[in-house]
Amino acid sequence: MDLNVIWFILITVLFTGFFVLEGFDYGVGMMMFGRPQNERGQFVRAIGPVWDGNEVWMITAGGATFAAFPHMYATMFSTFYIALFLMLLALIMRGVAFELRGKFKASDWVDFWDYSIMFGSFVPALLWGVAVTNLLRGVAIDPQMHFVGKFLDLLSPCALVGGIFFVLLFAFHGANFLLIKIADKGLLHELQQKSLRLGLSTLLAYVMFAAAAAHDTDILAKLSTVIFLGLSIAAVIASCAGAHSGCGCKAFASSTLAIVFLTVGFFNALFPRLMVSSLMPQWSLDIYNAASTPHTLLLMTGAALVFVPIVLCYQFWTYKVFKARVTPQDVSYH
Amino acid sequence: MDALILSRLQFAITTIYHFLFVPVTLGLSIFVALLETWYVNSGSYEERIKLKKLVKFFGTIFLINFAMGVVTGIVQEFHFGMNWSEYARFMGDIFGAPLALEALTAFFIESTFIGLWIFGWDKLSEKVHCLCIWIVAFGSNLSAFWILVANSFMQHPVGYAIENGRAVMTDFVELVTNPYVVGEYSHAFFAGITTGGFLVIVVSAWKIATDDVSREMFVRTLRRATLYTLVGLLGVMGSGHMHAQYLAQANPMKLASFEALWETENPAPFAVVADINQEAGRNDSEILIPKMFSFMVHNSFDGEVKGINDLQREAVEKYGSGYYIPNDVRGMFWSFRAMIGSGGLMLLIVLATGCLVFFQRTKIREHLCCLKMMPLLLPLPFIANSVGWYIAEAGRQPWIVVGLQKTAVAVSPNLSANEVWLTLIGFTAIYLFLAVLAVFAAVMFIRRTKITEEEA
Repeated sequence: MDLNVIWFILITVLFTGFFVLEGFDYGVGMMMFGRPQNERGQFVRAIGPVWDGNEVWMITAGGATFAAFPHMYATMFSTFYIALFLMLLALIMRGVAFELRGKFKASDWVDFWDYSIMFGSFVPALLWGVAVTNLLRGVAIDPQMHFVGKFLDLLSPCALVGGIFFVLLFAFHGANFLLIKIADKGLLHELQQKSLRLGLSTLLAYVMFAAAAAHDTDILAKLSTVIFLGLSIAAVIASCAGAHSGCGCKAFASSTLAIVFLTVGFFNALFPRLMVSSLMPQWSLDIYNAASTPHTLLLMTGAALVFVPIVLCYQFWTYKVFKARVTPQDVSYH
Repeated sequence: MDALILSRLQFAITTIYHFLFVPVTLGLSIFVALLETWYVNSGSYEERIKLKKLVKFFGTIFLINFAMGVVTGIVQEFHFGMNWSEYARFMGDIFGAPLALEALTAFFIESTFIGLWIFGWDKLSEKVHCLCIWIVAFGSNLSAFWILVANSFMQHPVGYAIENGRAVMTDFVELVTNPYVVGEYSHAFFAGITTGGFLVIVVSAWKIATDDVSREMFVRTLRRATLYTLVGLLGVMGSGHMHAQYLAQANPMKLASFEALWETENPAPFAVVADINQEAGRNDSEILIPKMFSFMVHNSFDGEVKGINDLQREAVEKYGSGYYIPNDVRGMFWSFRAMIGSGGLMLLIVLATGCLVFFQRTKIREHLCCLKMMPLLLPLPFIANSVGWYIAEAGRQPWIVVGLQKTAVAVSPNLSANEVWLTLIGFTAIYLFLAVLAVFAAVMFIRRTKITEEEA
């Protein structure tokens, strides 16, 4: 296996970590829609200690892409310019909101920041769905690896279905996270029903996404991808069963697996390409024409193999420290 | 205005804004860690309650600042791909590595341990909790190191080769041990200590003047903060001087532009003020201290210092025809003076405050008026930090990577001016809006929080 393949796998790992961990953070944020303030406080408290560390998975995925596949980083980020701008605005408001919402007890102040968290979670979930779909569907990339299309080209029906699918999947995943983090029995019961409904909607969106992607892309061209996506759909169903039977652990573990299989399946379909050119297949970016030199790839492989396990250890420890369920009394203004 | 100049403006605005918060994070994280160490090792019950409140007090200010720094930092990482795709292609093999290492080795630990610190007061033992803030401080300062490794390459490329039209890394150790990093990192580190310390001075002074019940504790933080800031200021001056001497060899064009020295001279005078005429390549009038610039560079009153016009001729010989002089010598000249002036003023203030809290402690009540005015001085470190980065980056122009790539060819070719206008206005607007809210939240918090012996 050459270094380029190893780095493709590492990028897959980083994006998987990002979608699994930030997935439930975004989901919890979206679950705040329509809930009263004291419940929103409990939701925020549930992800409070960990969201910042989770977000670094995205930053690392971006930085690692820059280091290992600089042309992908350059083409992807300049292509999705407006989308990333909107995503950044959302992430800025969301990040500050976690810190500032508790600084005053005034209801309007808390509401304002809670809406920042809600939209700041919804917008990135949607845009990542759109962006990821476009990587595979193809965008107008010329032989110099420059995007020559328009912003609106990125909003094809297929990509929008991908966006909605991501929103529902993350919301479902977030609801399942709350099932293992909330202590209040009454609230838990409501969340359980909500999770089940979201799970069934996710399933529907999954089928629509698969159909749209099968029509627009070559996502089903490899048998291995079909298997991964099949496993992912099975995991969504298992997760729904978990939510139905009131077993939060099963629901959350299964939706985690659903995201893992989806991400792996997606990158498997993309391999060895990184970004498809809709103009000419041979203008696509792949793990060879977009890569750094073997010297840099080797160096970064060493760094990743040393540091990623260390990160996993202390992040795992953090989850252990904060494993207790959140009670309504935990929500204090600090 | 085209996408290039707008992208430059956007990068300048967002970086300077980001760097309002970064030095506070660098310096205040260490100060809070020191405070918590003091708390953990303190004796009596009443003292412990007050010290814990004090740690949480400065911790909360730190956290508001930290959140602003984190969210504005993501923008900076995305910028290299969004607006500077050709730079990312040309430099990715070199620049991506420190950026990815920054995320892997520094962002992860600071972001994970900050969560543990905020929510772990009752879940971790005191010592482990204290260790968490030390780890956050370490992570923050390590992340500054990696980003300055990346920046130093842009200022002074080492350990590279040019292959197939792009820069590739040949020696990682050389990249990390770039002598430019030493000057840049030590200067930024001590600037962080200074900024964090000065913030504590200002907040403590204001609390002493306005909050009778908490006064005693803030006198104690004021004493510590003056020492802390003094260390920072001496460090920042020493490292700045060292780095300027190093610039005489590494990037003489930048140094000559700081001082608006147009012609090579031996000995070279120092211009206190100058009316700079960039078009004509000279100063129309100036007030000079003879031999002083030579002394600053060579530690001796003789010695040649190269001037801008000669360096331009050398650059033309080396790189072909073109204009290699930073296009804002006037701005750099005055920014440099603003930086030195702010630093000098801070030193006087810190010394005066130190005299008050160490030698005139009983008379502190007679000076409450003065202490109450201290917040007016808070902009000083932030001005110094901002203009400091301005001269560092404006002095690199017209290059984005000195000698290797020009800024003009680094911009993303697919961007229209309208798109960049949109994002420029968007970022600026949201940044201004958040600055108001964050400062408001911080000021109200400082105003209402009391450090007393009562249990919280």
